[in-house]
Amino acid sequence: MSAMSAGAPRPLPSSGQKSIQDICHPLSAEESALNPGSAADKDLSLPNGTPVDTSSPASSSSLLNRLQLDDDLDGETRDLFVTVDDPKKHVSTMETYITYRVCTKTTRTEFDLPEYSVRRRYQDFDWLRNKLEESQPTHLIPPLPEKFVMKGVVDRFSEEFVETRRKALDKFLKRVADHPVLSFNEHFNAFLSAKDLNKRQGLALLTKMGESVKYVTGGYKLRARPVEFAAMGDYLDMFTQKLGTIDRIAQRIIKEQSEFLMELREYGPVYSSWSSFEEDLHDPLEGVSGCVSNCSSALEELTEDMSEDFLPVLREYVLYIESMKNVLKKRDQVQAEYETKLEAVVFREDKKTPMPVDVEKCQDRVECFNADLKADWDRWENNKRQDFRQLLTGMADKNIQYYEKCLAAWESLIPLLQDKQEAKGETN
Amino acid sequence: MADSGSEDIAVIGNTDLTPSESENNLKNTMVETGTSLLKKMEISVAEAEKRTGKNAVNMQETYTVYLIETRPVDAASEGTNPVPDSLWRRYSEFELLRNYLLVTYPFLVVPPLPEKRAEFVWHKLSADNMDPDFVERRRVGLENFLLRVASHPVLSSDKIFYSFLTEENGWKETVFETGFQAKADSRLKALNATFRVKNPDKRFADMKHYGDELQSVISQLLRVRARAADRLYGVYKVHGNYGRVFSEWSAIEKEMGDGLQSAGHHMDAYAASVDDILEEEEHYADQLKEYLFYADALRAVCRKHELTQYELEMAALDLTSKKQQREELATGTIRTFSLKGMTSKLFGQETPEQREAKLNMLETQIEEGEELVKERNAECDEFVKSAWVDIERFKEQKDHDLREALISYAIMQISMCKKGIQVWNNAKECFSKM
Repeated sequence: MSAMSAGAPRPLPSSGQKSIQDICHPLSAEESALNPGSAADKDLSLPNGTPVDTSSPASSSSLLNRLQLDDDLDGETRDLFVTVDDPKKHVSTMETYITYRVCTKTTRTEFDLPEYSVRRRYQDFDWLRNKLEESQPTHLIPPLPEKFVMKGVVDRFSEEFVETRRKALDKFLKRVADHPVLSFNEHFNAFLSAKDLNKRQGLALLTKMGESVKYVTGGYKLRARPVEFAAMGDYLDMFTQKLGTIDRIAQRIIKEQSEFLMELREYGPVYSSWSSFEEDLHDPLEGVSGCVSNCSSALEELTEDMSEDFLPVLREYVLYIESMKNVLKKRDQVQAEYETKLEAVVFREDKKTPMPVDVEKCQDRVECFNADLKADWDRWENNKRQDFRQLLTGMADKNIQYYEKCLAAWESLIPLLQDKQEAKGETN
Repeated sequence: MADSGSEDIAVIGNTDLTPSESENNLKNTMVETGTSLLKKMEISVAEAEKRTGKNAVNMQETYTVYLIETRPVDAASEGTNPVPDSLWRRYSEFELLRNYLLVTYPFLVVPPLPEKRAEFVWHKLSADNMDPDFVERRRVGLENFLLRVASHPVLSSDKIFYSFLTEENGWKETVFETGFQAKADSRLKALNATFRVKNPDKRFADMKHYGDELQSVISQLLRVRARAADRLYGVYKVHGNYGRVFSEWSAIEKEMGDGLQSAGHHMDAYAASVDDILEEEEHYADQLKEYLFYADALRAVCRKHELTQYELEMAALDLTSKKQQREELATGTIRTFSLKGMTSKLFGQETPEQREAKLNMLETQIEEGEELVKERNAECDEFVKSAWVDIERFKEQKDHDLREALISYAIMQISMCKKGIQVWNNAKECFSKM
């Protein structure tokens, strides 16, 4: 990769110092009250944080409802389309940053308009993800690309880096938009539609949720994970391991290819310098030189594709697994809390008295969590299968294209090599 | 025809042919005699065998011998297909043959032998002399050498070469009887001494320069190719790791499992395919190597030409100085400061008798010198003529061979690309079923 991007990275279309007024960053705008009194006032009795009093289809929060939604999703009846594109560089005296255009098309009634287009920067995505994690603790939140990838090594404003990040952000929003619960999250709604994103609006919620998170991670020891969740954990561990191996293999291949490329870059010109002192062989040798150079370009493209398209997907999945593991851990905590409370009650009370309400609530919470997690797991499995099918067929395609380009180069060389001989054969 | 031709050629440096005659002669031999041995005889190095024996100083040694098979072409075409004559030769005997040819035919670009030790190899390839792959490649190289000599217009008619192919015993003795060794030693000394030619022949100087350039560019090419081969090997073999990890991964997957597993097999196949690819490429490298060594043979001819030219110039110089001495003696004037001048001044003039004797001696020396210069001149002319004919022949052969080599290299690359496309298409099918 380093060999590949030896040239100066192409600059991004920049708004420059002057036009900063034209491209007004959403955060720089004045605060405007959005969804007044929304999150903070919500009844958070439900562990998955789904607002009870909204008209969202997920509001009933019943398992049945959720399953139906899943069916809908499988039936491709999507009604929310989000894309991230058109990165722009903003330069001000204070800082330099990139914003991305987030375009939304929807038929959902939760949105006032069928179409939105807003500009967001990385920290806005980060804000959204935190909000989602806080407000939907029982759900698997898709990962964001890492904030700093190889700090100092990668130019954060290079076109390659920005493009890789744009793809990851696009993937993140699409994953949220396709989620039957997360896509109805009000913060998501605000992120997509609000001209100016008021991040402070979530502060009250943050403190409240902060408590809840602390409470959850309060150190109850779970006796035993139920088999199916234990299996998930085992699977994730194995899968992480395999992904790590694949990542290392891919990186090694890219390294070998880059070094092969360097040799080819030296190899081709040798034919050229040979041709300079040959008469009859001048054209054939020059031809081979050109052909090797064509193959080098094809190889460079392949290597770039692999490092820009293949590796980021693997990395996303590593992060995705981390998110999944987090959710599993939270589930364990909720169950542990329930078990502790139950144990205390069983120990204390005789069997005639009914179960205290808070213990029953705890049991509900566990069941809800389990149902959410299972639904998210199935969805994740499905996504994973599709993503890897696409990723690996893509890899095969890229390699096929590489060989096809080389094949075309060598095939077109053959007539040139034979040319003189035929001409000679005629004159003889 | 072939026999009488060989006689002519063997003494070509001394025959008094007019330029046009000698050219005709060479052209004829090029077309007829040159191919005659291969027309009469099929030559091959059929196999190699490892042997252990005692060497000259009674030490145990292991060496490789090569089986040379020859078969009359007529017999084969008549369908009788007799058992070929065969004999075993060691690499050192090939070397002896080539050295003999080099000394006997200084004006010819003598075909090179395959390398004694593997050079410019990529690291996976063994550089061991006893390695079966190396022995096999050398067998091919030695056979190629024999075919090159057998199809050479001049060399093919050499009797020592013929007996190398046909007489198992006593061949070495026959070679040494030619006395080429003594000639070789004095030649070698002369070649190693630094000498400077006053009037170099531009054509040969250019050819020598070409030889230098060819040698340097091919060795550079071989070096980079070996490194590129290492990398290519790496790229393919690392893909083999996908085979293992896909297989392990498939064990924890349900729907994706089968696709992954079979895709893994294709990755294994991809990794394995590089062995054949690089083995084929090694053949191309060998073709280039032959010309790397040919470049050396070409330079050797140019240096021997310089030596011949130098000998001519020295003879001419000697003659000139003798002539000057005679003039001085005859006119009594001393143009240059010399010991003779000093002695005559110190001890007085010589007697007329003494002068007469000296003059007579100089006269004979000058006559001899003139004869020598004439001889050297003719030798040099002859050398230039025959060498140039062979260099022209070599150029044509080189252009043809290298073009062929490039074509087969391109075809090889094409088949590699096709293999790559096929493997990745297979893998893609598996992936898409996941």
